[in-house]
Amino acid sequence: MSATNPAPTGEPLDFSELQRMAGEILGVDADRVQLDVSFARDLAADSLDLVELIMAIEDRYQVSLPPERLEGMRKVGDLWEFLQEQHGPA
Amino acid sequence: MTGSDGAGVRVAITGMGLVTPVGTGVEAVWESLSRGRSGIGPITQFDTSGYPTQIAGEVRDFDPEQYMDRKTARHVARYCQLGLAAARMAVEDSRLRPSTMDPDAVGVVLSSGAGGMEEIERGHRTLLDRGVSRISPFTAPMMITDIAAGLVAIELQAGGPNYAVVSACASSGHAIADGFEVIRRGDAVAMIAGGAEASLTPLMIGAFCQLSAMSRRNQDPHAASRPFDLGRDGFVMSEGAAVLVLEEMGHAVSRGARIWGEVLGAGASADMYHFTAPDPEGRGAARAMRAALRKAGLGPEDVDYVNAHGTSTQLGDIAETLAIHQVLGERARTVPVSSTKSMTGHLLGAAGAIEAAACVLAMDRGLVPPTINLEDQDPQCDLDYVPNRARPADVRVSLSNSFGFGGHNASLVLGRGPSANAKGA
Repeated sequence: MSATNPAPTGEPLDFSELQRMAGEILGVDADRVQLDVSFARDLAADSLDLVELIMAIEDRYQVSLPPERLEGMRKVGDLWEFLQEQHGPA
Repeated sequence: MTGSDGAGVRVAITGMGLVTPVGTGVEAVWESLSRGRSGIGPITQFDTSGYPTQIAGEVRDFDPEQYMDRKTARHVARYCQLGLAAARMAVEDSRLRPSTMDPDAVGVVLSSGAGGMEEIERGHRTLLDRGVSRISPFTAPMMITDIAAGLVAIELQAGGPNYAVVSACASSGHAIADGFEVIRRGDAVAMIAGGAEASLTPLMIGAFCQLSAMSRRNQDPHAASRPFDLGRDGFVMSEGAAVLVLEEMGHAVSRGARIWGEVLGAGASADMYHFTAPDPEGRGAARAMRAALRKAGLGPEDVDYVNAHGTSTQLGDIAETLAIHQVLGERARTVPVSSTKSMTGHLLGAAGAIEAAACVLAMDRGLVPPTINLEDQDPQCDLDYVPNRARPADVRVSLSNSFGFGGHNASLVLGRGPSANAKGA
C-alpha cells in the first residue's frame, strides 16, 4: 500500500515496470503480467485489486483514469493502451 | 450436539495456536512462561521519540507469508495476520479439517480490542495529505475489528457462526466464553476461538500514554511489567494472537483427538463503575468469577490455580486481589495466583486467550507459571502470587480472569485434560 514516487517527466514508458507493479500489487509473478491476460480470469484480480493497481499507476505516471473507463480495463493490454494514450508511446 | 440448554454438553480444548512476544507455538511459549522470561523490549515499529512510554511486547521475526499468500498478507492488517497464523496453528494442532466437514460444523469467534489500528492511521494520514481519492480501497476491510474472523473462515473453510466479540482487554475471554456457549447450545461442533491484537501504533501508544496507564520503565523493559509489586507503574502493551479449538467432547473423543483440557464454565459481568478504572472493591470482577464457577458446578475449594488479569496497574491489581478474596474465601489464602502478563505484557484483546492457554499448559504440565518481577510485594496485594519461579502443582481446575475498559469482566473455569503430564494426574 506504499505510495509510488512519480516517474520523471519525459521518461519513456517501460512495460517491465508495469509488470513489476502489477505483480507486486496482485500478488503474482511479474512475468505472468502480459498484454493479453485478463485481470479477473488470469490474475485473480477483483475490483478492489484493480482499483489499487490503477491508483498506483496514477501516482507513478501522474495520470488520471476517468471512472467511466474503469469498466473497460479487462486485460493488461487495456491498461497499457490507456497509459500510452496519456503518456505517449513507449 | 445435544439439547439447546447446554446441560450435559461438555466442551473440550483440542487445539492451541500462539503467536506472542514470548514465542510462537505452544512449546516456545511454554518454555518462556515456565522459565519466567520477559518478552518486553523497546518499540521498533515506529519512532517513539517524545513518547513517555517507549517499550512494548512485540512479536519479532513474524513472516505472514508462512501462513497466507503474499496478496492476502498485503490486504489484511497485522492483527489479522497474527490471528490467522494462530488459527492455522490451532486447527493443525487439533487435526480437525473444517473444509471436509459440514459447513455449519465449525465456527469462528475471533476477537480484537482495537482491530486494524495501523490501517486507520495510515488511511487517515492519506486522507489529510493527499485527499479522498488516494485512500486505498482496502482501508475499510483492513481496519475493521471483525475481519479476522471472516479471514479465518475463508482461509480454513469454516462456515459456522462467525463474528468478533469486542470488550477491550476482556475480548478474547468473552470470545472463548461465547465459543463454549455456541457449542453447548448445539449451534456448532467446534469453534475456533480467541483473540488477535496488533495496536502498537503511534496513535494507540500515544493515547494510552495520555491515560498514564502504561509503565515508563523504558531503561529496564524486562522489569517493566510487575504485577502486585510495590514498584509497578502501569501495564506494558503487547501484540500477538492466541486461538483455541473448542470442540464438543463426544465429537473430540470419537475422532480420537488429543484433549488438552476442557472449558468448564464462563461468567461475565459489568462493573457499572467507570470507563477506565476498576471498581475499587472488585465487585464486578467477583460476580464474573462466581458466575463462571456456578456454571461449572464448582466451588471455591475446587480451584487449584488462578491466572489473574494482573496488569501491573496500581488500582487493578488491588481490586482483583479483593475480588479473589470475596469469591474464594478461605481458599484465597492458599491458592496459587499468577499473572503471566508479567512476562507477556498485556495483549489486550488477545490476553484472555493466551492466558486460557497458559492455564491449560499449567494443568497439562503440572507447573504453575510465575509472576516475575515480584520483588517487593504490595501489602494490599496479599495472595500467593507464585513469585519469580514456576512451581510444581497438581492443577485440575483453573480460573482465568479478563477485565476490560468499560468495566467488562469475563472469567473462565478450565479443567485438565485426561492425558495431562501432571505429577499425580
